[in-house]
Amino acid sequence: MDLKEKLLSSFMVFEDHVDNDTYVHDIRNDAIKIFEEKGFPTKKEEAWKYTSLNKVLKEDYSVFPKQENALEYRDVKKYFIHDIDTYKIVFIDGKYSSHLSQTTHDGMDICLMSAAFSKPKYRLVIENYFNKAASKDSLPSLNTAFSSEGAYIHIPKNKLVEKPIQIIHFSTGNESAIMLQPRNLIVVDENSHVQIIERHQSLTSNAVLTNSVTEIFTNKRAIVDYYKIQNDSLNASLIDNTFIKQKQESVASVHTFAFGGKLVRNNLNFYQNGQRIDSTLKGVTIIGNNQHVDHNTLVHHIEPNCESHQDYKGIFDENSTGVFNGKIIVEKEAQKTNAFQANNNILISDKATINTKPQLEIFADDVKCSHGCTIGQLDESALFYMQSRGIPKKEAKALLMYAFSNNVLSSVKIPEMKQRITKIIANKLGVNLGFDL
Amino acid sequence: MLKIKNLYASIEDKSILKGINLEVKPGEVHAIMGPNGSGKSTLASVIAGKEDYEVTKGNILFEGEDIDELAAEERAHKGIFLSFQYPIEIPGVSVTNFIKTAINESRKARGLEDMPAKDMLKLIREKADLLEIDRKFLSRSLNEGFSGGEKKRNEIFQMAMLNPKLAILDETDSGLDIDALRIVANGVNKLKSKDNAVVVITHYQRLLDYIVPDFVHVLYNGKIVKSGTKELAHELEEKGYDWIKEEVNA
Repeated sequence: MDLKEKLLSSFMVFEDHVDNDTYVHDIRNDAIKIFEEKGFPTKKEEAWKYTSLNKVLKEDYSVFPKQENALEYRDVKKYFIHDIDTYKIVFIDGKYSSHLSQTTHDGMDICLMSAAFSKPKYRLVIENYFNKAASKDSLPSLNTAFSSEGAYIHIPKNKLVEKPIQIIHFSTGNESAIMLQPRNLIVVDENSHVQIIERHQSLTSNAVLTNSVTEIFTNKRAIVDYYKIQNDSLNASLIDNTFIKQKQESVASVHTFAFGGKLVRNNLNFYQNGQRIDSTLKGVTIIGNNQHVDHNTLVHHIEPNCESHQDYKGIFDENSTGVFNGKIIVEKEAQKTNAFQANNNILISDKATINTKPQLEIFADDVKCSHGCTIGQLDESALFYMQSRGIPKKEAKALLMYAFSNNVLSSVKIPEMKQRITKIIANKLGVNLGFDL
Repeated sequence: MLKIKNLYASIEDKSILKGINLEVKPGEVHAIMGPNGSGKSTLASVIAGKEDYEVTKGNILFEGEDIDELAAEERAHKGIFLSFQYPIEIPGVSVTNFIKTAINESRKARGLEDMPAKDMLKLIREKADLLEIDRKFLSRSLNEGFSGGEKKRNEIFQMAMLNPKLAILDETDSGLDIDALRIVANGVNKLKSKDNAVVVITHYQRLLDYIVPDFVHVLYNGKIVKSGTKELAHELEEKGYDWIKEEVNA
């Protein structure tokens, strides 16, 4: 039985298990039909031309975790940003871990999707927002059909959330290969500000496939800073589907740090529904081995006077493959749009590959749009220059690569987060440098 | 300190150095002059350890040790410094951080701990003042958007920080106006001692008015064809290189 069939037959069982709210039930049923009809995407589809899921889908995944697994904080502490106080929503093999989490209902809701689905007081938010941003593509639909658990964050208006929120998904691999489908809903009301860090971490050599959907709604003048740390084991694959709907004057940024995993696909979609909206999409990718990282971005400019800034840096070593596919749509009404996109890449090995493709669809006539992509190598003369001053080649290379990524890192607003990323980069490059540039 | 014996070097099978012999002792200043394309910069790069060049014959001894197999950074750790004719721009790495990294990597190679931040800062300030470098300049990206003079001053600043035993100054005077030249030369002179040595590679006599050489060598067609004292530099300035070429070709 292939994975699609397995998922379809599991759906019946799943529907019997979860609380049967008709509203969500109907959405799930429609979603499974879409997935049944479309199936998993293949390379024949334009949006998946450079990323094949074939190998990843061959594993015999367990679709529902059968047992509850526990982790001790001291064993997984290193995966948290632990030097500052944060809210934490932690899952182990798809199940909520109250032991590792720190949630709140004090003036805001930082809790669980399962609670939001089942309790009447969340009903209005669910009806207004759930599945209102996610696309009807097959993978988001598959997630919708199985959506039952994840992070639920609702920040009411005029609230500055001082502590960042960490959403962490661990997989323990205690029962062979596993498929996870977390579903996050984040609603930030007028004038509120929140910072969120998301991480998926496999603790096993068994295969893990995560098909995640995150819907984020930023209401008027809300600010959301979202950071994704992707530094997983070589057996873990991630399909991240993130949809952000912005209202007027809101500011949203997503930084994606992609260092690991077997296959990572980031579908990042911004929809601007209002004027004077600011959207930022930035990423650093540093991979090697046979790793594959695909950034597929969409910024949809619908109304006038908005901005978007995209900056993705990629460094590819050994047999790794990178994809950047950045689409910007500027509707006819979206005059005075400023849309920028940059994708710069360095190939370290002659076996590494990058496919980069900007797509601009501009229907308005008074806009500023720019895009640029570059593919290069490390500057040999710069390396010799640094070596001649006593910096060994490995460190010189690392310093050049770090400097190359620094534009993206410098806009990270949580200092401890920036330090962590710097440390991961130093580890990744095998050097012991502080990089205080 | 430096002993070059019958050195032949080539790049992509093109032979550039064809039997160089040179000995530099502690406390000495040597000038290497010569027409364009004679191999001056190649000699500097080969001593510093640029991998593009292949030493096909002969050897380079530094303090008695054959350094042919050493990587550029290992030569730097031993105390060889090359001031580049065209310093490389490194966007995203500040002057301060670059020099900090360089110093601490050299210390690491010698089994020393990182230099304490306070001492580093003090040293940076002291050497920046020596080269009349504005403090603001130190937080800029290395060489990025620097004028020709700023780049060269920054090279000598790095030299001052690293305090090498042997400094090779490759065309340090090119692109300098007279004031910058004086600052740079003054910096080099202040760093001079009986224990270190300087090799000045230059096209013109101008710099040698400020950094006075003990020996002057003329490099032509990959060989040192004439050696003398500082008077030789004056003679070259007056008469050009043609008479040397004629002498050699005769």
